[in-house]
Amino acid sequence: MKSAPFEYIRPLSLAEACALLAGDEDARAIAGGQTLVPMLAMRLARPAKLIDIMRLPELAGIRTERGAVVVGATTRQAIAERDPLIRARVPALARVLPWVGHPPTRNRGTVGGSIANADPSAEIPLVAVTLGAEIMLATPDGPSSIPADDFFIGPMLTAIAPGECVSAVKFPVWEHRSIGVGFFEVSARRSDFAFASALAQVALDEDGRCTGIALGVGGVGDRPLRLDVSPLLGTRLDATSVAEAVHAVASDMDASSDLHASASYRRRVAITLGKRAIEQARTEAGAHALKGAA
Amino acid sequence: MKVELRVNGVSRTADVEPRKTLLDTLRENFLLNGAHAGCEHGVCGACTVLVDGEPVRSCLMFAVQADGYEITTIEGLAPAPGELSVIQDAFCETHGLQCGYCTPGMILSAHALLQHTHTPSREEIVEAISGNICRCTGYGQIVEAVQFAADRLQKSNALRPEHVRPGHSGAGHDAPEEGVLEADAPTEIVR
Repeated sequence: MKSAPFEYIRPLSLAEACALLAGDEDARAIAGGQTLVPMLAMRLARPAKLIDIMRLPELAGIRTERGAVVVGATTRQAIAERDPLIRARVPALARVLPWVGHPPTRNRGTVGGSIANADPSAEIPLVAVTLGAEIMLATPDGPSSIPADDFFIGPMLTAIAPGECVSAVKFPVWEHRSIGVGFFEVSARRSDFAFASALAQVALDEDGRCTGIALGVGGVGDRPLRLDVSPLLGTRLDATSVAEAVHAVASDMDASSDLHASASYRRRVAITLGKRAIEQARTEAGAHALKGAA
Repeated sequence: MKVELRVNGVSRTADVEPRKTLLDTLRENFLLNGAHAGCEHGVCGACTVLVDGEPVRSCLMFAVQADGYEITTIEGLAPAPGELSVIQDAFCETHGLQCGYCTPGMILSAHALLQHTHTPSREEIVEAISGNICRCTGYGQIVEAVQFAADRLQKSNALRPEHVRPGHSGAGHDAPEEGVLEADAPTEIVR
């Protein structure tokens, strides 16, 4: 369980890192290394060069922009989990982070690393797809960006090209007055890879009518999926309407099958979790609305 | 590659291959064998060390990545040679270890938790050690050990409840709000 030899380079600027990544197809970026290092140890990956981007100042920090919170790629998951800005403005991200790995892996693992790794069952990519985040990229030609839905292509497969690296994730902020989040996942053990997970974010008006809704499921297909439940807009998210909308959109979604869970099981679990997530989000948003009124 | 690391408050240098993990460097170059090599791919937690005070798997970090951080191994916890830290002592006291393989990692994870709070809930303790696998104890005594240590740490620098004036909640001190467990009778432990 030891890595094959590699050359280690720690560039001082993002431009230098991109040039190094572009110049050698056997070069890989490393930040927290919580997925890459096990792959190196098991020799599932044998890069000739590791380009350490963990300390690049351009990739650090959490900041607000108009209508969005931009989380730097090398923001450690443990930092994001405790960050007051993320808790207040992107509650869905704050909600899922305790489910990412274990405390010691969150202390090193980064938000951008989880995005670039693109595990179909990973929670941070699920948040990005569900909320419609933008993945910010550093390329040899300068910054660019791509919607999360187009970024994830398949298991561990993204739209990222050689010489590019994820620089930040831009999570949209919902400005509605009362927002609620719901999240559930099923796995063999807590914090293990999820067989299925569902994340919902809901906004309600004063009368308890839904003014915004997003639903995503992870672990089911070969990448996180955003499900269109827009028919629920304007309803009070009663159980019947929710069940109808979720079944309509999720009953025929692509699901993968493996030793642990069949495609049909994954789909059924995802539908149930999706309904529960919307219900939990509605309850939470309702509680916020009450608190706001009082 | 030459690396300069801060380990247990001391600066040390080593000449290592880039592929050498922090774990192997601690064990082979610095003879700090308290960090144990278990699975070597980030699952078991036996190699846990503190990096800037937070638990991290030393098998998932290369030594060349570790310069500039404050690294603490189990050898760095005891207050003096031949002594035990409060948490180490609590593990002995409550039989929180059997074979001892996971123990350094467990104690360092618990240490980081108790740096943040002296009144952890059972859930917080379980979450803090969730990345550390133990195949002997069934975890019961480990949770007990951490609760016991928390209780001792809470009292070590706190006003005794009977000395707290009525109407004075003790807020502002690290004194507990109400009566506390006696250190030798951790009766509140829920199994």
